Amino acid sequence: MTPLDAHPLTGRFQSDGAAVSLKAYERAGGYQALRKALGMTPDAVRDEVVRANLRGRGGAGFPAGIKWKSMAPPDDGSRYVVANADEMEPGAFKDRVLMEGDPHQLIEGMIIAAHAVQADTGFIFLRYEYQVAARRLAAALAEAERAGYVGANVLRSGWSFHLHLHTSAGRYICGESGALLNALEGRRAVPRATLPRATTAGLWGRPTVVNNVETLCNVPHIITRGAEWFVSAGVGPPSKRGGVDGGTKVYTVSGRVNRPGWFELPMGTPLRAIIEEHAGGMRTGYGLRAVQPGGASTGFVAPGELDVPMDFDSPERIHSRMGTGTVMVYDDQTCPIGVLHNLQHFFAQESCGWCTPCRDGLPWVEELLLAIEQGRGRPEDLALLHLHTRFLGMGHTFCALAPGAMAPLETGLVLFRDDFERHLREGCPYTAEG
Amino acid sequence: MLSEEERREIAVEASRYPEPRAACVDALKVVQRHRGFVSDEALAAVAHALGMSAAELDGVATFYNQIFRHPVGQNVLHVCDGVMCWMQGAPALQKHLREHHGLAVGGTAEDGRLTLLVAPCLGLCHRAPALLLNGNPEGEVSPERLDRILARLS
Repeated sequence: MTPLDAHPLTGRFQSDGAAVSLKAYERAGGYQALRKALGMTPDAVRDEVVRANLRGRGGAGFPAGIKWKSMAPPDDGSRYVVANADEMEPGAFKDRVLMEGDPHQLIEGMIIAAHAVQADTGFIFLRYEYQVAARRLAAALAEAERAGYVGANVLRSGWSFHLHLHTSAGRYICGESGALLNALEGRRAVPRATLPRATTAGLWGRPTVVNNVETLCNVPHIITRGAEWFVSAGVGPPSKRGGVDGGTKVYTVSGRVNRPGWFELPMGTPLRAIIEEHAGGMRTGYGLRAVQPGGASTGFVAPGELDVPMDFDSPERIHSRMGTGTVMVYDDQTCPIGVLHNLQHFFAQESCGWCTPCRDGLPWVEELLLAIEQGRGRPEDLALLHLHTRFLGMGHTFCALAPGAMAPLETGLVLFRDDFERHLREGCPYTAEG
Repeated sequence: MLSEEERREIAVEASRYPEPRAACVDALKVVQRHRGFVSDEALAAVAHALGMSAAELDGVATFYNQIFRHPVGQNVLHVCDGVMCWMQGAPALQKHLREHHGLAVGGTAEDGRLTLLVAPCLGLCHRAPALLLNGNPEGEVSPERLDRILARLS
């Protein structure tokens, strides 16, 4: 039993918090998966990842292998692999932890992904504020290039793969894959039409696959240990697609719990175990009011529903999502209307302005919530907020930003009904945030 | 308008992409690193160097939170206003900066040493409240600790 058996993604992390160096990474088996993958055909690598049912860790849960298989067939032109490292969902920091702790793991995952889809160029699209990760990734990239893992003639295979780090300049929407591609091309980062898919016409019109950091970090382990191992690592119930969601998941917990932080656990670990066992439960003097299990754009879960397995499908049964596995815990001394206002302020500010419902609807929602929070709310405002949860829902907007914003509002209007009504009657009863 | 050094750095960035305009965000950051912010003149020069119109480049520049189109202080402080920090002390930090340092969000101190901005969630939620000072992350920041951090500034 090595640390990598239970914690493949974080088992190499150094106790001093520094990044795993190339030497240490190689000593712990690093880049062996790449050697193995280069001995396999691209089709065989893709098949292995399809059989592992590796689902996208950016929140949507789309199977990575299926995405890779949808890449248009190679011709003479460029093909791209992009790591989406634009982690900006409030509450989320798992990708930062993975990139700061073990940058070579992401790089190896990207090279294997590039081999699988026969790409010649890759970009790591990193959010601006992750400057520690930027320094560590740049250093690791230089190490990997010197060692012959990246660049011309990868490990003398005859295949070349050039990998670049692109640091963005601070907008949440850049994490939306179409907006990310526009940003990389130097255009305003507004989403693209869903069709044609990026795997047909992505960066500069060429086939492009975009995967989340954590998704790519899983790839070397699937190649080394096999799809069956990956599937068997999940502990949740069978998913809608058949089979279970496999592998481990880096869950993060924040809020007034005893041990806020990150925890790599089997995929499908119950929300209650994550909060109570691993994060140590609520701090003395604080009660649990609600949880957002997967980041700011996931619905609130009530304290009675914590037994839900944290895999891709189970939380949908209680009107929420696992999202990025970013658990945010809300205590009973924080005003839930204030929480909702803060969340909607974020979404309104980060709307790219491309489509009307999002651009005009989110600031309206923010203003309604502020009025209620400040004791200026009118009874009819609740109906207006309900209306927005429909008008800004899926199918009414160009991308998932506004529908994501509506998930906490829709569930919050139900779960915090008493608080809304009390605010309308007498203003905010909570003394202060913070 | 652009210095030799800026031109050289922009060319290195542009070499990573199949067309020059893809390096426009990198180029704006190069200029900002050298000059503190991106003036109208610098913006026009970058646009010219990359074969874009100034209006098109400004559309990109103003889209991003971290491209400064106005002068900022010698140091830039970003206080996180993500929900976890809001819940656990970020408003108290802002109040402290306002009352004890005379700094409102978006403002620059009179001596030009420090500009205060807010940032969306910095991904330091387990160490709330968090901030970035000149890009360097700090977590679990109390008003007292903030004073000590700011006292070290040049």
